[in-house]
Amino acid sequence: MAGLLFALTLLTLVVALVVFGWPLSTWMARTYTSDTDWRVERGVYRLLGVDARAEQRWPNYLRGILAISVLGVLFLYALQRLQPLLPFSLGLPAVPPGLAFNTAISFVTNTNWQSYSPEVTVGYTVQVAGLAAQNFLSAAIGIAVAIALVRGIAAKSTGTVGNVWVDLVRTITRVLLPLSLAAAVVLLATGVIQNLSGFPVVHTLTGGTATIPGGPVASQEAIKELGTNGGGFFNANSAHPFENPTGFSDLLEIVLLLLIPFALTRVFGLMVGDRRQGRAVLATMVLLFAIVLGAMAAFETAGGGTATTAAGGAMEGKEQRFGVLTSVLFATSTTLTSTGAVNSMHDSFTPLGGMVAIIDMMLGELAPGGVGSGLYGFLIVAILAVFLAGLMIGRTPSYLGKQVGGREITFVSLYILTTPAVVLIGLGLTFAIPAVAADVSSTSIANPGPHGFSEVLYAFTSAGNNNGSAFAGLSANTPWLNASLGAAMWLGRYLPIVFVLALAGSFANQEPRPTGAGMLATHRPQFVLLTAGTVLVVSALTYFPVLALGPLAEGLAS
Amino acid sequence: MTTTTAPAPEERPEEHVDTRAPKGAFSASQLVQNLPDAIRKLAPRDMVKNPVMLIVEVGAALTTVLAIALPFLGSDGTTIGFTWAIAVWLWLTVLFATLAEAVAEGRGRAQAASLRATRTTTMATRVTGYDAAADPAAKSAALESVASADLRQGDVVVVVEGEVIPGDGDIIAGIASVDESAITGESAPVVRESGGDRSAVTGGTRVLSDRIVVRITSKPGETFVDRMIALVEGAVRQKTPNELALSVLLASLTIVFLIVVLVLGPIAGFQRSTPGVAVLIALLVCLIPTTIGALLSAIGIAGMDRLVQRNVLATSGRAVEAAGDVTTLLLDKTGTITYGNRRAVAFLPLPGIDETRLTEAAALSSIADPTPEGASVVELAGERGFTPTEAPGRTVVPFTAQTRMSGIDESDGRALRKGASASVLAWVHEHGAVAPAVAAALEERVRAISEQGGTPLAVAELDAGGTARLLGVIHLKDVVKAGLAERFAALRSMGIRTIMVTGDNPITAKAIAAEAGVDDVLAEATPEEKLALIRREQEGGRLVAMTGDGTNDAPALAQADVGVAMNTGTSAAKEAGNMVDLDSDPTKLIDIVTIGKQLLITRGALTTFSIANDVAKYFAIVPAMFVGVFPGLRALNVMGLHSPDSAILSAVIFNALVIVALIPLALRGVRYRPSSASALLGRNLLLYGVGGVIAPFIGIKLIDLVVSLIPGF
Repeated sequence: MAGLLFALTLLTLVVALVVFGWPLSTWMARTYTSDTDWRVERGVYRLLGVDARAEQRWPNYLRGILAISVLGVLFLYALQRLQPLLPFSLGLPAVPPGLAFNTAISFVTNTNWQSYSPEVTVGYTVQVAGLAAQNFLSAAIGIAVAIALVRGIAAKSTGTVGNVWVDLVRTITRVLLPLSLAAAVVLLATGVIQNLSGFPVVHTLTGGTATIPGGPVASQEAIKELGTNGGGFFNANSAHPFENPTGFSDLLEIVLLLLIPFALTRVFGLMVGDRRQGRAVLATMVLLFAIVLGAMAAFETAGGGTATTAAGGAMEGKEQRFGVLTSVLFATSTTLTSTGAVNSMHDSFTPLGGMVAIIDMMLGELAPGGVGSGLYGFLIVAILAVFLAGLMIGRTPSYLGKQVGGREITFVSLYILTTPAVVLIGLGLTFAIPAVAADVSSTSIANPGPHGFSEVLYAFTSAGNNNGSAFAGLSANTPWLNASLGAAMWLGRYLPIVFVLALAGSFANQEPRPTGAGMLATHRPQFVLLTAGTVLVVSALTYFPVLALGPLAEGLAS
Repeated sequence: MTTTTAPAPEERPEEHVDTRAPKGAFSASQLVQNLPDAIRKLAPRDMVKNPVMLIVEVGAALTTVLAIALPFLGSDGTTIGFTWAIAVWLWLTVLFATLAEAVAEGRGRAQAASLRATRTTTMATRVTGYDAAADPAAKSAALESVASADLRQGDVVVVVEGEVIPGDGDIIAGIASVDESAITGESAPVVRESGGDRSAVTGGTRVLSDRIVVRITSKPGETFVDRMIALVEGAVRQKTPNELALSVLLASLTIVFLIVVLVLGPIAGFQRSTPGVAVLIALLVCLIPTTIGALLSAIGIAGMDRLVQRNVLATSGRAVEAAGDVTTLLLDKTGTITYGNRRAVAFLPLPGIDETRLTEAAALSSIADPTPEGASVVELAGERGFTPTEAPGRTVVPFTAQTRMSGIDESDGRALRKGASASVLAWVHEHGAVAPAVAAALEERVRAISEQGGTPLAVAELDAGGTARLLGVIHLKDVVKAGLAERFAALRSMGIRTIMVTGDNPITAKAIAAEAGVDDVLAEATPEEKLALIRREQEGGRLVAMTGDGTNDAPALAQADVGVAMNTGTSAAKEAGNMVDLDSDPTKLIDIVTIGKQLLITRGALTTFSIANDVAKYFAIVPAMFVGVFPGLRALNVMGLHSPDSAILSAVIFNALVIVALIPLALRGVRYRPSSASALLGRNLLLYGVGGVIAPFIGIKLIDLVVSLIPGF
């Protein structure tokens, strides 16, 4: 019965994604190729003093991205530190420096890692003007970078990758704002709250009192999922009934967080002028999604012990209103995208089920990945697969007519190197520095043994991949973890962006070569399997030893 | 570079064919022979060029130090025997890598030795104050004797019968037969003469007859032979663009694995299961792509060597790689697509004429025609059962440019003529009128043959009574080589377009192109049009390969991505191209493309294999490392390896042995048959990807069975 319901849920999800994703992708492709500006956009360009018609080479494009990100961090940091002076701050004090630093980076990098309980740390002004505003901006940055890469691939030796200001502004005005507005209204209808009522005290049936925090939740919830941000209004995130009250709102949130990443595959196909390429990317993502979803579902329903059997699955840490399989679907969706919103506590999953959540992120968040970052992350691996496969058919490799030579493979290699390096070095330093290791094991880690290690592993994997979800047993609000995870988020976001834009520039300089017989067909099932295999093998080889010491050691112990 | 290398005294030109590198064969004895070189290559100075193997060498050195120090330091959890075993096998891993390179280079060395024999210092006769206008043959000019090493570009030398040509150059006066066997391995002498496309001579070759005046075109130490020696020895081998790209990828994978292993210490330490240093080094070496790292340079050297074995010299590895990417082949019609000579294929009698009569007349009129066309007429008649016999008093009338006919005059006044239809018609007219119906019938046959791309020859006879009549037409045509259509179809499936280049008129050209199955044709081609065609193709992003021999081909050769100059060609052509075909065989272009592809495929296949191997090695080593603290990880020991120590050692041994096992493949190249890209990819993925995952599971298990017999493991 549960299985049948789950199948229907999946079917609904697929139908919803197709129904909304199809027109959205057409609309987005038009958004990034149109020559006309909306009036409001022209206003913004005048305000910024930019020439919207100027095509930029990649270094200029990158400078725009970095400038707006650095300013974003400074602004968000200042906003948190000045919280007592702001209106609607609910009387909350200034956010401590270490936490403010971590949170500023976290929201600018689209990670939304939260080392704090939002409802008791940040007031409405910081939530709306700071965090929610960055939710829009960081999502727009991801999409813009992906579009720049697609333009580079499609370019005919123009050398330019687009205009960063136009891409950012249009992403917000034409894609994110309208969609968020619509999504927020529907979320309101499902029962998500939207008020400015602070902390009303209610009298409970038993005669006691309870303080129930309110706030502008629905507006923030929409962009939290749509922009694959994941930062909750409440500490419990989407497990909180005010953020995610019903099974319907749950499914809606899953649709929202998968919508843009999947739609971008078709945008890619449309913009490079070969829809089959977009379909192949989509097929690979869906294949990987199905594999990890199946694995996690198997581990969670099998569980262990009599309690699990009685409950029909491992129910610890899961909401009764969602059940095991829907929680698994949410967990898979949120860790495969860079969302990090949770409707259940991943820390309480079975060891192997929790491991799948970690693996989802370790794959590089590319099936379908965060908004924009999923597409560019995927294309990077596809280019790596092209490089090996191209050689194996006796040609120097090329993707969609663009040569993958020394320069291109250097950027691809650096990209692929970055996230593992950030995650593993962060992890290694944590345990190599004696004082830090002592602090982490006494203060932060809630559980002894391999599970405690898994909590730290999850934290660095989540930060390095800009996911933001956590094994909640870890107390991360410590100087070391705030600083090191902050650094991991920043490097894990912007180093790859530098390499992607450099690659985009390198492709943009090339005149495309004709593709045809004798070339690697990158739209066929063969290439889909090859790319999926490359993703799995490369991640497995990188992370197998650390997984063996954490979740595998815990899960295989009998 | 010096020219003082002693020649091998027993070297004789006739034996050069035999001294060439063994073709494709690989024997264990080669490993032994090249061992000293392999050991020399272990010097860190040389290893720096190969970062992957440098890490293995550093790991081997560290493990050795550890093994020596272990009795004094106290154990870190590993036994002395185990540490020594790992150290030895790590050294062997590095040695196998250098051995692969040494073997690959060794195969070129035989060729280089025979070439070097030609590079001895000879005395040259230099002309002082050469005057091209007054005394082109330098008959009365002052001569001086200088060492060939002292010759400069632009010097003019005289070479006479029996002398060795002192340097690369062009003949500016005279004609000579030259023994080029030292370079080409072909013992039949070739004719070289001033002017035209056969004027280039190579230093080190010997003049067999006559006297020539040569202008030296090469600088000392940069002659063709010098370049060849450097190439076949791999001494000046620079990494090619794709090899560099692959090296970047391998280096980044190595860095990832280095990080993985480095952080494993502290992380495992937190779990109280710190692995020994030797174990961590073993893990690192097993993970980094040692298989491809060890064989990468051998693959490159062997690729060049395969070209050399086919008598093609590439001036750079870059050109070989580009050959794999070629999408357009410009093929000369003559010699490549057709046999080069028109051949008679049919006799078409006029109405009322017996075909036998025409056959006989055609054959008889051709006995005085020594051209291949004439011979083919006699041959075709022979196939039809007629052999011309001698008759007394017969006069042969040879072909001349004026008459454009050949034939015979019998003693009784009868005569036969064969030639261009207009000339033959005129000859018949001389002996009386030709009926309009007959003329029309002739015209019709002539036109039909022309339209099919053939050449018509009319045949007429004069009887004893002095009356001439037309007999019919011989159909001569360019005969397309057998099996070409299939070959071009295979090329098409590889994504390669073939364009036939010919000086013929468009009608003839199209007919032959259709018969041969080429994709396009450039008729009435001039060198300028050839160059324009190449530019046009390249603008569309295609890579073009062509062959050429004449000086006027030089611009096109230089423009083409792969320009193969014929060895018979001029030095201008040889300088312009990036390959030289010593056999001067234009069909070899297709082989060159195949070799280029094979080179890339071998690299890709072994990289995939190398990475796929890591999966099994993890399953061997990771449970072995941590099973002491986490007994549950025993479940990952899917191979059922004997003990942690034997598991780790077996993985290291497998990692080393697989290098040796793949040396023959690296040298020979992965088998390549023209087929569609997806079929090729599917096959290679299955073999080297899936096979690469499975093979080490079996290999490590087998090695473990042996290792487990060793006491202490």
